[in-house]
Amino acid sequence: MNYDFDWSSIPGALPFLWDGMKISLEITVTAVIFGIVWGTLLAMLRLSPVKPLAWFAAGYVNLFRSIPLVMVLLWFFLIVPQLLRSFFNLDPNTDVRLTSAMIGFALFESAYYSEIIRAGIQSVPKGQVAAASALGMSYSQAMRLVVLPQAFRNMVPLLLTQAIVLFQDTSLVYMSALADFFGAAYKVGDRDGRLVELLLFAGAVYFVLCFTLSQVVRRLQKRMATV
Amino acid sequence: MITIDKVSKHYGSFQVLTDCSTKVAKGEVVVVCGPSGSGKSTLIKCVNGLEPFQAGAITVDGISVGDPKTNLSKLRSRVGMVFQHFELFPHMSITDNLSIAQEKVLGRSKDEARAKGLKLLERVGLKAHAEKFPGQLSGGQQQRVAIARALCMDPICMLFDEPTSALDPEMINEVLDVMVELAQEGMTMMCVTHEMGFARKVANRVIFMDKGLIVEDDSKDAFFGAPHSERARQFLAKILQH
Amino acid sequence: MSYQWNWSIFSSPVPTGETTYLGWMLSGLQTTVTLSLCAWVMALALGSLMGVLRTVPNKWLSGLAAAYVEVFRNIPLLVQLFIWYFVLPELLPFGLGDAFKQQLNPLTQQFLSAMVCLGFFTSARVCEQVRAGINSLPRGQKNAGLALGFTLPQTYRHVLLPMAFRLVVPPLTSEFLNIFKNSAVCSTIGLLELAAQGRQLVDYTAQPYESFIAVTLLYVLINVVVMSLMRVVETKTRVPGYMGSK
Repeated sequence: MNYDFDWSSIPGALPFLWDGMKISLEITVTAVIFGIVWGTLLAMLRLSPVKPLAWFAAGYVNLFRSIPLVMVLLWFFLIVPQLLRSFFNLDPNTDVRLTSAMIGFALFESAYYSEIIRAGIQSVPKGQVAAASALGMSYSQAMRLVVLPQAFRNMVPLLLTQAIVLFQDTSLVYMSALADFFGAAYKVGDRDGRLVELLLFAGAVYFVLCFTLSQVVRRLQKRMATV
Repeated sequence: MITIDKVSKHYGSFQVLTDCSTKVAKGEVVVVCGPSGSGKSTLIKCVNGLEPFQAGAITVDGISVGDPKTNLSKLRSRVGMVFQHFELFPHMSITDNLSIAQEKVLGRSKDEARAKGLKLLERVGLKAHAEKFPGQLSGGQQQRVAIARALCMDPICMLFDEPTSALDPEMINEVLDVMVELAQEGMTMMCVTHEMGFARKVANRVIFMDKGLIVEDDSKDAFFGAPHSERARQFLAKILQH
Repeated sequence: MSYQWNWSIFSSPVPTGETTYLGWMLSGLQTTVTLSLCAWVMALALGSLMGVLRTVPNKWLSGLAAAYVEVFRNIPLLVQLFIWYFVLPELLPFGLGDAFKQQLNPLTQQFLSAMVCLGFFTSARVCEQVRAGINSLPRGQKNAGLALGFTLPQTYRHVLLPMAFRLVVPPLTSEFLNIFKNSAVCSTIGLLELAAQGRQLVDYTAQPYESFIAVTLLYVLINVVVMSLMRVVETKTRVPGYMGSK
């Protein structure tokens, strides 16, 4: 090995990298929240007795789950910005990349969240709905008050694990030249000719964050298993 | 044949076996009984080295089980073992279950192994099921196949670990019949079981264990006639109520 | 908004003239499939090995395999890819890195980096599935194998693994599908696979919708083909009398 490491460009770039991290987190949080909300709706549609609604949800979920995230993001980076601009009559120079990235991730992840939530709803014994109906609750009341609270409790670890995956996936916004954490690291490395150091640094940061979080999830899972 | 000398075992601070000593002579049938959690299953698993132990010594046919230099696989290939949950290999046909170890461990030819397997399958009365898979047989049938599988290896002795306790009551006898027959042919057997009828019929000795200790180790008649510990008397009284 | 649809674009020749745009698309599809299959073979082999190591009664070996999984699971695929492609050649000893950069043509460099990256990334997931498969078998199975005189490796080979692999066919199917989808990430290092060809088509023809719809449909097609293939595998490996089969 005859490579001379030089880590000196990292300290000065930390504020820039932190700005990038904020973008990564912003996309993650928006997509998780929106993904869970829309995913819950999709899951309920899919389990609903109204056939066309169930078909729509199944089609949506299967389509998004069969195409690569990269492809979805390409759609959202090339096509959605034009739509947004013409739809809201925006100035052609308005930067809508962040918005379209968020929408893209949210729509994509909701397909995955919907599957987790569907499994969670189905894991609640059928007798619970029957018991709720016997008490005079409507279907939506039974879902809201009885089934979903139990389902979400069981799903928390899976939803969090999916959030960690999503956080890792946000690095793909690099494709739109948006300076998320990874994009920022790449830019700094490219500017200073220190790509090796910056890429290793980025990898280490992702590892520490995701590993720590996954350990927290694991502990949570253990604690929930014993309750 | 089997010598167990002052064997002790613990998981962390939990003592599973304490100073257990006994012997099984060639041709002898020894029944081990006791309440659940008494360590009897652990003891029998120690005999062919499936469970390690921390103190004492076990020899089978003069070979030390605990000695790290012992070739355990070779020793185990000569000791037959039958498990509570049969443990047939679900992805293989009955024939393959019977021949795989003969081929891979003893190096017998495929034809030889199949012939031997079929002969023993016939002996346990299941020749018609040779091409089925374990999942297609009843529990009693599976356990008889498991006994045949062990016998295929021409074992010098047989270990039974609660062979009937996972079976529906109506299937217990078909398995016990095979075991009785085996005992009457002079096979050396060590059986962990609660089947006292089986013990009365063929056992030479009965060992009673409680809390990791061998409490009684006596001839069959002495054990059933007048057990000298209170715990064994209680155990027998309980068993009779079933 | 007026958009001029033009599906005949696929039959028009590319600027250099040696093929049509459809030809580009198909060569992208071919790269995606070849890359994914090569990486999948690697992931299966490595993942099975690591999955077995995670279950062996040896703290060092199982700890090593656990660390392996954590590393490949907790770093984004894109970052891993860039590390394989940009960083590793710089750090390889004995001039291997220079050989990689100077003697291999760029296409081979991209393909190799992409394959190794996807292979390792997916192997960590395969490892977890194999481990789960082995651990879901009754404990007595291992004892039964050992009691018959099998050595530990023989017990794995004849008793545990054949059954574990049958159990994990469904989860492995989804990993197999993922490797095709993940291969699209490799367009970022310039590998001309399906997604990259789609993008290139947009640049050359200014017909983004046709191009993206075609690429999206091709991915859906891959998905359908792989799923039906794996369903055949599942039926073929089904054990009579075991779990839902007859």
